Parts: sequence; C-alpha cells; structure tokens
Amino acid sequence: MTSQWLWYTTRGAGVISLVLLSAVVCLGLLTRLRVRGEGWPSFLTAAVHQDLALVALFFLGLHIVTAVVDPFTSLGIVAATVPFGSSYRTVWLGLGTLSFELGLAVGLTSLARRVIGARLWRAVHWLAYACWPLAVVHAVGTGTDGHSAWLLGITIVCCGAVLTCLAWRLVAAPLDPLAQVRSARLMAGSDR
Amino acid sequence: MSFPSLLDGPDLHGGAEPATSHLARLGLNLLSGSELIDALDQSDLRGRGGAGFPVGRKWRSLAGRQGPRVVIANGAEGEPLSFKDRLLMQARPHLVLDGAVLAAGAVEADQIVLYIGREHSAAADAMLHALAERPARERGLIRISRAPVAYVSGEETAAVQFVNRGVALPMSVPPRPFEAGVRGRPTMVQNVESLAAAALIARRGGAWYRSSGTLLVTVTGAVARPGVIEIRLGTPVAEVVERAGGRPGSIQALLLGGYFGGWVAADDAWDLPLHPERLRATGHSLGCGVVAPLPVDRCGVAETARIVSYLAGQSAGQCGPCVFGLGAIAETLRRIAIGLSRPDDLARLDRWSAELPGRGACRHPDGGAGLVRSALGVFADDFAHHLARRGCTAARPLTAGVA
Amino acid sequence: MSEPSARRWDGPRGVARVGTSRLSLGVDRIRCDGRGYCAELLPEMIRLDDWGYPIVSSERVPDHLLDHARRAVAACPLLAIRVAEDGRSR
Repeated sequence: MTSQWLWYTTRGAGVISLVLLSAVVCLGLLTRLRVRGEGWPSFLTAAVHQDLALVALFFLGLHIVTAVVDPFTSLGIVAATVPFGSSYRTVWLGLGTLSFELGLAVGLTSLARRVIGARLWRAVHWLAYACWPLAVVHAVGTGTDGHSAWLLGITIVCCGAVLTCLAWRLVAAPLDPLAQVRSARLMAGSDR
Repeated sequence: MSFPSLLDGPDLHGGAEPATSHLARLGLNLLSGSELIDALDQSDLRGRGGAGFPVGRKWRSLAGRQGPRVVIANGAEGEPLSFKDRLLMQARPHLVLDGAVLAAGAVEADQIVLYIGREHSAAADAMLHALAERPARERGLIRISRAPVAYVSGEETAAVQFVNRGVALPMSVPPRPFEAGVRGRPTMVQNVESLAAAALIARRGGAWYRSSGTLLVTVTGAVARPGVIEIRLGTPVAEVVERAGGRPGSIQALLLGGYFGGWVAADDAWDLPLHPERLRATGHSLGCGVVAPLPVDRCGVAETARIVSYLAGQSAGQCGPCVFGLGAIAETLRRIAIGLSRPDDLARLDRWSAELPGRGACRHPDGGAGLVRSALGVFADDFAHHLARRGCTAARPLTAGVA
Repeated sequence: MSEPSARRWDGPRGVARVGTSRLSLGVDRIRCDGRGYCAELLPEMIRLDDWGYPIVSSERVPDHLLDHARRAVAACPLLAIRVAEDGRSR
C-alpha cells in the first residue's frame, strides 16, 4: 500500500469510527429508555448496540494501525498506546489515544461481563460517557481535515444525535420501575 | 413430664424466670451434639417460625459444613397477630438460651445472635438480663441484634442481611443461609420457640416430643380471652377457641397461620388438628400458630382487604411481581370492599394471585396470594354480594377512608 | 410430543428422556427490573406479567431450546437470569 492510500484509510476509518461510535452511544441511551416498537423488540436495541460497538472497534483498530504503519507519519506504537506520548499534535492525538483505551476497557469488560459481574461491568461502562466526547474532540482537532466542511458537518450531525438522545434520557423516568419504592423500603428496613 | 412444658413454671406475668428456678425445675441438658440431632430427627420437631422445616434436618445440614458457623435465634416476630415468641422470651428466656447454646454446640458455631425486634423491649430486656446470669463461656458467644419491626424482618435471609449490614430485607437465594450467611459462614436461622422445644427434647428425648410434645398458638379476635396458649400437638381448633373463651356460634371463619396463612370456614375448622404435618395434609398451614376467629358481624371481604393492604405495604420493595402484584390485588380488594367493584375484578384477582407464588426473592408474595385465594373460596358469597353492588352485609363495613 | 420417548442411560445419575436437558431457568428477582429481553428471546418458556416481569416455566429446558435459552440468559443486561442444573426457577 502506498503511503497515500494508508493516509486515506486512516482518515476514512477514523470518520467511520466516529459515526459508528456516535450510533453506539445513541443506541446505548435508547436502551436505557426502553424504546420498543412494532417489529422491533427491545432486546434488539441492546443487541445492535453491542454489535455496532464491535464494528466500531474494528474500524478504530484500522484507523490506528494504518496511522502507525504509515511511513509518512512519524507515529509509533508509543503514540498509539500512551496518551499524550506523541510529539505530533500531542494533545489532540493524546485525547484520541485516551478515547481508544477507554473504549477498549468498555468493550473488554462487556465481553467478560458474566465473569466480572453486573456491578463492575456497569461501573466501567460509565467510562463510555468520557470515551465519546474525547473521540469527537480528537477528530476535530487532530485531523488535517479538521476544519473542512464535510467533517464538521458529520461531527455536528453526530453530536446532535447523541445530545438529543442524552436529553431524552435525562428527562425520562428512571429505568427501574421500583427505584422510588426500593429506596423508601431500604430506609425503613435499615439501622437508623 | 407434665403438660404444659414450654410455659410450665412460675406465673407468666411475673416476669422472666431466673436461672436458678429454671435449673431447679428442669435440670441440666442431657443430650448434645450429634445425639441431640438424632433426637430431633426422631421427634419430628418442625420449625415454629412459619415455614415448618424439620429442625433435625436443618441442624444436620449445617453440621457437615466447613469453617466456623453462626446461629441466629430468630425472635423478630413480624407477624402482627402473633405474640408467642415475645412471651417465650419475656417469661422463659433461659429455655430459649439453652436451645441456642445447644444448637451452637451441635453445629459447632462460635457465634450466637439473638435477633429481636427493636420495639420489643420487654422481650429484649428479659433476654439481656438472662444473658447476664449465664456462664462466662456462653456470654462470650452471644450478642443481641435489634431489627426494625416489620413483616419481612423475620425472614431468614433478612435476618442474615441485618446482621451483616444493618438492612433487614430479604436477599436472593442461592446461596441459602446454611450455605453462606453471616460473614459468608454457614448460618442457622431458627425460631426461638423451636430452640426452646429443642432444649426440652435435650432433656426428655425425641420419643417424648412425639407423644407429648406441645406448641404455642396465639388466639386473637372473636374470643373473650385472647392470648398465647400452649397446646399438645394435634389439639383440634375447637378446643383452642373454647379455651380462649370463644363461642362457636358467633364465629363465621378463622384465620389460621396468621396473615401468611389462610381463611377456613368455621364449620370446616373445628375438627382441624393443630399439628404441622397433619394440618398440611388437609391443605391448611399452621404457620406461626395464629388462630384468629372472625366474628359473624364482620365482613370477610373487608377484613381480607385490610390485611392484604397491610401486606402490600410491608413488601420489601425489591421485586416487581410482589410490589405491583400485591399492590394491584390490595387495591382491587379495597374497591370491592367499599362497593366500587368492576365486572372483571374476580377474574383478575384469580389470575394475579395465581401468578404471584414463587416470583419474589422471598415468600412474602406467596403468603399474600394464599390468603387471597382462601378468601375467594371461604367468602365467595360475600364477594358475590359486593360485586353485585348490594353493599356489605356486615354490621361494620369497610369505609373508603380505612386501609 | 405423543410418540413414545426413547430413553437413554445418562450415567449414574439416572435416566433422562431424550430431548430434555437437566437444566432449568432461574431468575434473581431482586436484580430483575422487568426489561423483558428474556421473554422476547425465549417466548416458549417465558412470558411477561401485567407489569413486564417474567413468569418463567419451571420445566427443564428442552434440548432444542437450549441455544435460545443461553441467548436469553446472555442478553439480560442485569445478569438476572441463569440456566443451571438446579436453576430453581422462580
């Protein structure tokens, strides 16, 4: 592969990762909202969320590997694995590395969920709320396309979708129908 | 070897029986360890907390486990109609302590927790006082834990969770307490009356209990002298009601086993034997030994509505089927009782109560469902009356503001 | 299933009917919050009550449904359902 193709792949895979990651976050939020329609059972939202996350991780991997392998960029393994370890655009790239590692943590714990238990899994999953914004900032700040109209356009659409789902999630009722009852009875059954 | 045995001795209203009197009257324990477990098996003693599990089998299931064990003497009498556990602790604390110490010895436990309701001060004081009279070796093993008084506080996993982290709510099983309970150790949760009976069996043997054993029942309701009565195993309901000053003619039905039990029509109840296994064979449950006659001038529907409303409110709030199922049943019964029934109410009560059992972490919803189903049978005519909007025939019907 | 069932010797534990595993479903009723994925993925053995909480068959899982059962168990975000030998279905 010529350096140019590697470079195109890096940028393309990066954009695809961002779009997919945004879709994954949206679906994750929709899972919490118990969205369900005719012909769309609720387990499907969660299942597609998981499957898309794996696809996103694949494209993310492609993005990182092509960037490191590309002889034109001076990025090495360190840049890809140590946040803020690169000398080229240290901060912007570092945020991307951080985002990748958070995403990896979320993904790996999800695969091992039965082993680590629901509580630990959920705790790590909260990192997803950090993973996504870091990816967005990285995309806009690092890429040479950073200020091009099409990338900004895509970024705005992704942000819009995620923020809409997030707003919906914040105003909706808690997922656990027993949330209020549980806390009331817990108070009653406890040592004062 | 006279009857009564659990409540034998000095006047019950004269305070706790002191150690000296207790020892003089009953002497020392004779059986202990595996011999005692054998005697318990032979006696067929059943747990007196409500579930009726064979005591010998429970002790044996702990004896074979690894590591140090814990005994919880369960005196947290959550059933509002029951008073026997409190009476036993107030009047015969040493008998209960004997049982707890014997249990600890038999299953090699190094810790005994006396689990008593926070508001049951008389019982707790008597037990504390008696504890001070015990030998130092025993005092070192025993501590008292006071839980908030609630219906589910006495459930075995609720007792374990309270001792572990101060929350008296049931937990999911597995693991059951005998597998892993207090601090992860095998734990026996045994009702105080069962422990007291075990203490007597240690002195008199298993065969004695089979032939002359007794149990405590609480009689409350349409009787002149409500209270705790000690009876021989198998005593018919009629005799118990008579001893408490009840008149059969003024009673329409009885609640057997407490809120966790079920209604029985009076005519069907009189000959029922108050014996855990024999009663179960007739389809009823002795539970914690409550016998509560309902007078003819009260409405069975209204009474059931009131009780189920209480039970729904006492749910631990952890499991959807219990919270929503019992809640919906309670609301429907309330509407029926005050004359605002809907045509499909009975069908829904039937369906919801059939769907409840076994779908909570504990048996609370099962108890409520059982009570409702027994009411639908015993008070079928009253339900029909209420549903036809012909009002309540009882002299004191439920009003909208009550329950 | 009216044809006579073939029996197979299953070792020291005893004879099992062909077509039924020794596994059953069990629900942790405190963890469960009625999301209903399990009922969607195994409707043959799980249905939902009026409030969305599962009513689970206490029967053993037939062989032909084992994969579906495992999928239903894996799908629960709260790990509230399991399939085990002593599933203690509730």
